[in-house]
Amino acid sequence: MTTTYAGTLDVSTTTRPPMSRLVKVELRKMVDTRAGMWLMITIGAVTVVATTIFGLAGHDEDRTFYNFMQFAGAPQGILLPVLGILLVTQEWSQRTAMVTFTLEPQRSRTLIAKVCAALALGLAAFVVAVCVALLATVLFGGADPWGGVGAIDFVKFGILQFSGILQGLAFGLLFLSSAFAIVLYFVLPTAFSILFNTVPALKDSAPWIDFGTAQGPLGEVGNLTGTEWAQLAVTGTLWVILPFLAGLWRMLRAEVK
Amino acid sequence: MITLEGVSKSYGRFTAVDDVSFTAQPGRVTGFLGPNGAGKSTSMRIMVGLTHPDRGTATIGGHRYAEIPNPARHVGVLLDASAQHAGRTGREVLALSAMTMGLPLTRVEEMLAMVGLSETEAKRRVRNYSLGMRQRLGIANALMAEPPVLILDEPANGLDPAGIHWMRSLLRSYAERGGTVLLSSHLLHEVEMIADEMVLIGRGRIVAQGTKAELLQTRGTFVRGEHPQKLAAVLAEAGITATPSGDGGLRTEAEPVEVGRAAAAAGVVLAELRPAEGAGLEELFLQLTADDARETVTAEGVLA
Repeated sequence: MTTTYAGTLDVSTTTRPPMSRLVKVELRKMVDTRAGMWLMITIGAVTVVATTIFGLAGHDEDRTFYNFMQFAGAPQGILLPVLGILLVTQEWSQRTAMVTFTLEPQRSRTLIAKVCAALALGLAAFVVAVCVALLATVLFGGADPWGGVGAIDFVKFGILQFSGILQGLAFGLLFLSSAFAIVLYFVLPTAFSILFNTVPALKDSAPWIDFGTAQGPLGEVGNLTGTEWAQLAVTGTLWVILPFLAGLWRMLRAEVK
Repeated sequence: MITLEGVSKSYGRFTAVDDVSFTAQPGRVTGFLGPNGAGKSTSMRIMVGLTHPDRGTATIGGHRYAEIPNPARHVGVLLDASAQHAGRTGREVLALSAMTMGLPLTRVEEMLAMVGLSETEAKRRVRNYSLGMRQRLGIANALMAEPPVLILDEPANGLDPAGIHWMRSLLRSYAERGGTVLLSSHLLHEVEMIADEMVLIGRGRIVAQGTKAELLQTRGTFVRGEHPQKLAAVLAEAGITATPSGDGGLRTEAEPVEVGRAAAAAGVVLAELRPAEGAGLEELFLQLTADDARETVTAEGVLA
């Protein structure tokens, strides 16, 4: 600071931080604490361990690439949403939102950066899961391990993983509290699944309302029917997009203390 | 320059900030003084767009904070030194800010050195920092881009006397180079030491503002006589209202020369006669905030 400042600020020479930089910062925030680092390591380790156990213990005819991918993906499907939740809620529980939103007051830009960072990590996890499954198939593969796997299976696997992350982000935004968001993320869908699959009157409407039921076909071999895709879209709107929009509305207006 | 115009914010029926207007000028250190819960922090959050006011506007250098691109380059903000991720190291906290602002990471090392955080301290996690260390980290964060405007909420809180002295020279030199500095405190002597201008707030309202000299000006005289009772009687006779003020002395709104004249006329010997400076400001502060200070409420509660 060498010049004398007048009463007004000349802001014409500065530009907003580019989105790529904000995404980089958000990615860094996910691994620069012990908690974040261990969550990453756990996701990687559990992927390998689950696949190995299945490789050693699974029946010969079950040890296909497709099943290995399912096994690699299952623990990720539980942990990645937690990552999405924490990405948002730790700003509030650790009160760093005060700093984050003073550095970039356009909160929506920070949120976009968080979504990009979460999806980038989801993509990385997806690649890891596929690689681990490939390796496991080579090492432990049964009689005909590659049979029946098509491009659609990768798409379905991807949808499963990414919708989980986005749903985690949405719950994080909606509740702005790690404990609340994590508990409700696991309890609410499970409660809905139980409710809709045990009450006879509701059972028929389950795939149209319950996300877990609609996601069921994603775990089975082959393409979904038109109805199943439609059910996935409807429940996805209900469980991911609407909570996300409500959470976005809340975060943009919330007072940061 | 920081300008607040008619800013109000209520939480339900509680009015945290009530029609607050003031200006912090460039080249000056402005102290924002008031008891805890008077509305200082809420006002400062409103300045940087973290809290939306019900009415009024807050601008910095003519802009709303949220409209300034890369605002940390222009406005250094420290609102709560403890609002940092407990699991990050001090260095990492600064690195994230430097990255966001687009500053080189070498700047992080410079700032650590500037606020006196050692290599081992920089590697420690914020959870293990004392409040004083967190304040230094927060100040490093606020000053990183050498912004022309500083907004610091209770920055001296938790600093030891040497730290307060350090902060005073730091902020003074900032203002001398033309920077605008606004700092809040609930301790009068802190603000008195550092600030040129003062804005006093109590229960959400501005109760006084001006330069330190202006606020001191009308504060009258401290006088101590050889025989206190005799002096008190003489002053009363001369029509000068005086109140006892410790050590057998008296305080009055009258000018020292008037007091001296009255004493001389009556042949009363004075032991001490001076403008009531520091004590005056302290009394002003206590008086202006007495209705709002929690301490008073407690005292009354004890008496009742």
